[in-house]
Amino acid sequence: MDQIVPAAHGLIAWLAIHVWGALGLLNQLPGELFALLVMVVVGALMLVFLSLLPLFFVWLERKLSARIQNRLGPMEVGGFHGWLQTVADTVKLLLKEDLVPAGADQRLFKLAPMLAVMASLAAFVVLPFSPWLIIADLNVGLLYVVGVGSIGVVGILMAGWSSNNKYSLLGAMRSAAQIISYEIPILLSLLPVVMLAGSLSTRTIVEAQAGFKWFAFANPFMPLAFLIFFIASLAELNRTPFDIPEAESELVAGFHTEYSGLRWSFFFMAEYANMFVSAAIATTVFLGGWYGPFAAGPLWFLLKCFALIVLMMWLRWTLPRLRVDQLMAMCWKYLVPASLVCAFGAGTWYLVINHLRGGTAGTFWFWS
Amino acid sequence: MNSIRNYFMNMWDGIYTVLVGMKVTWKNGLLRPITVQYPRERMEIPEGSRNQLYCNIDDCTGCLACERACPVACITITTSRRGAEEEVYTSTGVRLKLAVPKFDIDMSLCCYCNLCTEVCPTECLVMTAAHEFAVYDRGDLIYRFDRPWQVQKGILPPAVPDYKPKPKAAPAAAAEPAPTTG
Repeated sequence: MDQIVPAAHGLIAWLAIHVWGALGLLNQLPGELFALLVMVVVGALMLVFLSLLPLFFVWLERKLSARIQNRLGPMEVGGFHGWLQTVADTVKLLLKEDLVPAGADQRLFKLAPMLAVMASLAAFVVLPFSPWLIIADLNVGLLYVVGVGSIGVVGILMAGWSSNNKYSLLGAMRSAAQIISYEIPILLSLLPVVMLAGSLSTRTIVEAQAGFKWFAFANPFMPLAFLIFFIASLAELNRTPFDIPEAESELVAGFHTEYSGLRWSFFFMAEYANMFVSAAIATTVFLGGWYGPFAAGPLWFLLKCFALIVLMMWLRWTLPRLRVDQLMAMCWKYLVPASLVCAFGAGTWYLVINHLRGGTAGTFWFWS
Repeated sequence: MNSIRNYFMNMWDGIYTVLVGMKVTWKNGLLRPITVQYPRERMEIPEGSRNQLYCNIDDCTGCLACERACPVACITITTSRRGAEEEVYTSTGVRLKLAVPKFDIDMSLCCYCNLCTEVCPTECLVMTAAHEFAVYDRGDLIYRFDRPWQVQKGILPPAVPDYKPKPKAAPAAAAEPAPTTG
């Protein structure tokens, strides 16, 4: 102890001097480089956030499912309600042997989990936690999210196919069919929002909802659009009741049957990160993003996401799995027509209200 | 027209039943978990539950009834005749004519059927509430109940309990139930 304290003091002093000096240098950086630096720092923050997120949500899901089934869930690791359980699990996964099946396509097998994580990481770029806490405010933000979201399917398909396992391939095929089908209602339910906000930029969409003018209640069609988006995003996430790609009772574990250790945890991380991304998009697009009572800020954004994720977990532990044909019927016979009606209805409402109000754009809330 | 009606009824049914299910899980989520945190909390062992066997060797008459009753032959007993001068009694006052130099129960074989304790005439063989007797060596599951070994292990005191013989009961006293001891 006698030696550690002065050493720590020395280290802190050294850090203070050098970091302070480095910060002083920041002023002399050219503007573009400074912007790049800020982007990198925010990006690094998001990366850390994204890696810690699944740890928390896996723990939360285990606790919630336990309570729903009258159990306690993890209680031991870390003392208070097993809050370190997922950390311990992650350490276990890190220590596991890195297995690649002999019959698998080595390169694709190794690439697939990276692609899956990359897809969910990429979606984080445009999530507007607050007006400034956003990695890049793309003017095609919403389109970008839907676009990179689809890369995840490639990862899943790649994983299933390269595993050279019948269950993996079946799961991957189901997953691809499901996700590609459910892209359509997602896009169609986002369409009215884009019409109302007049922009694809996520920040502009949130700013259009300032003052409790949430798009979820902008007109009678929007709650339906929100519902469709929520259901379809559940299907996109391969979560129960739409988890047929990894139906344990039919397909062992679906596309990640052959994966173990770190690669498997990558898929797991991607799944939970995707869950957050879906909730975040729903928050951005329908629930007013960072706006809330008292003060607008990232806390409100996170709170809304959190509520949606809890809802997803609640649904997961309530509903049984759909059959493949039921899943497709739900998409093509119910969600797609309903979302078309939504898009058409919301657009018509917008036009009619605008006409009645004398063409003043921006006042399309039916109560205002 | 009917099919259109069915279409919308189906949609409504879907939403309604999901809400019903969510109500059920919500209610269950608010209930108190029934989990017992085992090593720290324990459930009460029900009376008469069948767990680890115990033999009170000082009451054993060496009748071998339990050994014969055991369906898996996990009890091994050897007996030897006591001398005529040895006056040893059970706690109920029955004179012990046989010594029991070996009374082994292999708990790794025991099937907890309780047949041995039912046939025991002196009720010296009983099922106890102890149920956590995992060991690292299978040999440790052979429980020895013979007196010398138990004395050597310090389980029983070296002195043999000095039980008195049962008094000769008068015919009238035999009619009413005698108070059981031990």
